[in-house]
Amino acid sequence: MSVEVQRADLANWERGSTTTVASPRTLFWRRFRRHRLAFASGIFLALLFAVAILAPWITPYDPDATNLTLAKFGRPAGPSIEHPMGTDQLGRDWMSRLIVGSRVSLTVGFLATGVAIGVGTVLGAVAGYAGRWTDMLIMRLADMLLAFPPLLFLMGMLVGFKRPSATVIAIIIGVIGWMNVSRLVRGEFLTLRTRDFAIAARAIGASKPSIIFRHLLPNAISPIIVAATLSIPAAILTESTLSFLGFGIQPPTASWGNMLQIAFVQMRDNQAWWIGFYPGLFIALTVLAFNFVGDGLRDALDPRAWGR
Amino acid sequence: MTAYIVRRLLWMLPLLLGVSIICFAMLKRAPGDPVGAMLAESRDSGKTMTLADRERLREQLGLNRPVYLQYIDWLKLVARGDFGTSTRMNQPVSTIIRQRLPNTMKLAGVSLLLTLLIAIPLGIISAVKQYSLIDYLLTTFNFVGISIPQFWLGLMLLYFLSVKIGWFPVNGMHSAYVGPGFWAHFKDSALHYVLPVISITLAGVAGYMRYQRASMLEVMPQDYVRTARAKGLTERVVILKHAWRNSLIPIITLLGYVLVIMVEGSVVVENIFSWPGMGQLAVASLTQRDYPTVMAIVLLSATLILIGTLLSDILYAVVDPRVRFD
Repeated sequence: MSVEVQRADLANWERGSTTTVASPRTLFWRRFRRHRLAFASGIFLALLFAVAILAPWITPYDPDATNLTLAKFGRPAGPSIEHPMGTDQLGRDWMSRLIVGSRVSLTVGFLATGVAIGVGTVLGAVAGYAGRWTDMLIMRLADMLLAFPPLLFLMGMLVGFKRPSATVIAIIIGVIGWMNVSRLVRGEFLTLRTRDFAIAARAIGASKPSIIFRHLLPNAISPIIVAATLSIPAAILTESTLSFLGFGIQPPTASWGNMLQIAFVQMRDNQAWWIGFYPGLFIALTVLAFNFVGDGLRDALDPRAWGR
Repeated sequence: MTAYIVRRLLWMLPLLLGVSIICFAMLKRAPGDPVGAMLAESRDSGKTMTLADRERLREQLGLNRPVYLQYIDWLKLVARGDFGTSTRMNQPVSTIIRQRLPNTMKLAGVSLLLTLLIAIPLGIISAVKQYSLIDYLLTTFNFVGISIPQFWLGLMLLYFLSVKIGWFPVNGMHSAYVGPGFWAHFKDSALHYVLPVISITLAGVAGYMRYQRASMLEVMPQDYVRTARAKGLTERVVILKHAWRNSLIPIITLLGYVLVIMVEGSVVVENIFSWPGMGQLAVASLTQRDYPTVMAIVLLSATLILIGTLLSDILYAVVDPRVRFD
């Protein structure tokens, strides 16, 4: 389809028409917007960001304030007009905790991805470009880390911290999650290094770091971006799972995962469905939104997917 | 081929050694030790433990020696096939694992089988009817399926179907009392399987279906599929024999990976449904600093993962004769 459009544009241009040829950026936006779900997800995420940033000012109640007149005999109070998402067994406003908890999820999602992409890109690029024993060393290290059962490994690492912060959790998730990115980047580099422009760069005496990061890396950026968007939701899920199992964010700090840990007991003993329903719903919606955006980006960035 | 397999198997040894060293070091730097956990337990049961008692226990468990010596001691034992004694349950680790592993395998096995049985046909339908209503519905289901946290799904199923309506048992693998007869037992145990299996399978189906669809789409426009149609074969034969079989090549390598997901998923699901398997054991052992058990679980899972990847690589060569190992 795009070939046809461009040909038509070219014809117009030759005739002296003022129609401009769409720039790559315009084309990108046109393709991305075609994915209505991805677009809607983007808006949802923008709202979520606003909520997370403004959290201290917009929570209706102090998220850590207990109120035992609400939660009588340790029974969570159900949703009401004052507390739309109810309270927990200590009378803490569940919506306020949910709002504050969004910060943990987003921090972990982005930071863990940043670490994984950073480490993975550098190691993958070096391995793919240098080859030989450097390549072997890095790839064997990746093999070893891939042999670990990821969840168990993370739990074992986190046991070493009394109260791991979102930052610590994110870094640990990132540090053991770079292997797939490095494989991807290495694969790209294996073909890129033999291309003419790489040989030309080497011929004019460009240094190795300059070849790797200035000449080759920009050509491998699309798959990296897609991998990044898809790794954010994975990191969010991982953090919430860890916190749910009691190895992540420790109460009283609120995170969506440890809110569900409370829900485990409260839903069984006090039939307080709202305690488990809302945090899980928001994890699911956030992860879904990131997945849709990732999918939209892939279609918009990957030339192989354009024809479909 | 044989040489390749042998080489891969030999390569597993240094990998596992590396895994065990990292894991050992990781656990040793964690605050608290098994004695601390025992102390808390004895306090709960109203007994007191003197400082001398604690010191004696540490000595007995070898916790006062340098970490690298502790590691070497552990390694020597493992080389003889002995994983030590669980500090939490005071039983040989191998005995505990022999009780727990089959339970996890049953859960993961049923889930894996169900995943394949559902995901493959749906993936084929989705690809054959690309861009139809059913394809859109299935693709959307995929996204939702991979986005729902497994433990949330488990909790919701547990609450609505067990606590609220009471259709399914709340936890465990068996009821405390079951009526006589084979069928009563079968029905009881089947009911215990339903919710954990659903929780694990949903994500598996969503993920696997996606790959099946993609690889079918890859194969459908190939020349040999067109040839098969041109020969006048029925659509059914074209799709199932010519297209589907070839589409399996890339996704068969995912089997090992799916197995890992199933085992990982069982960690969460077992803890929700109190399923007496490896996942529950892992979490309990980690919180109680039961090092020998944790080490054994990590080593066992790492071996499983390595064998899983090796098997899928071998399968790759079996289904695709073009693949040759150097």
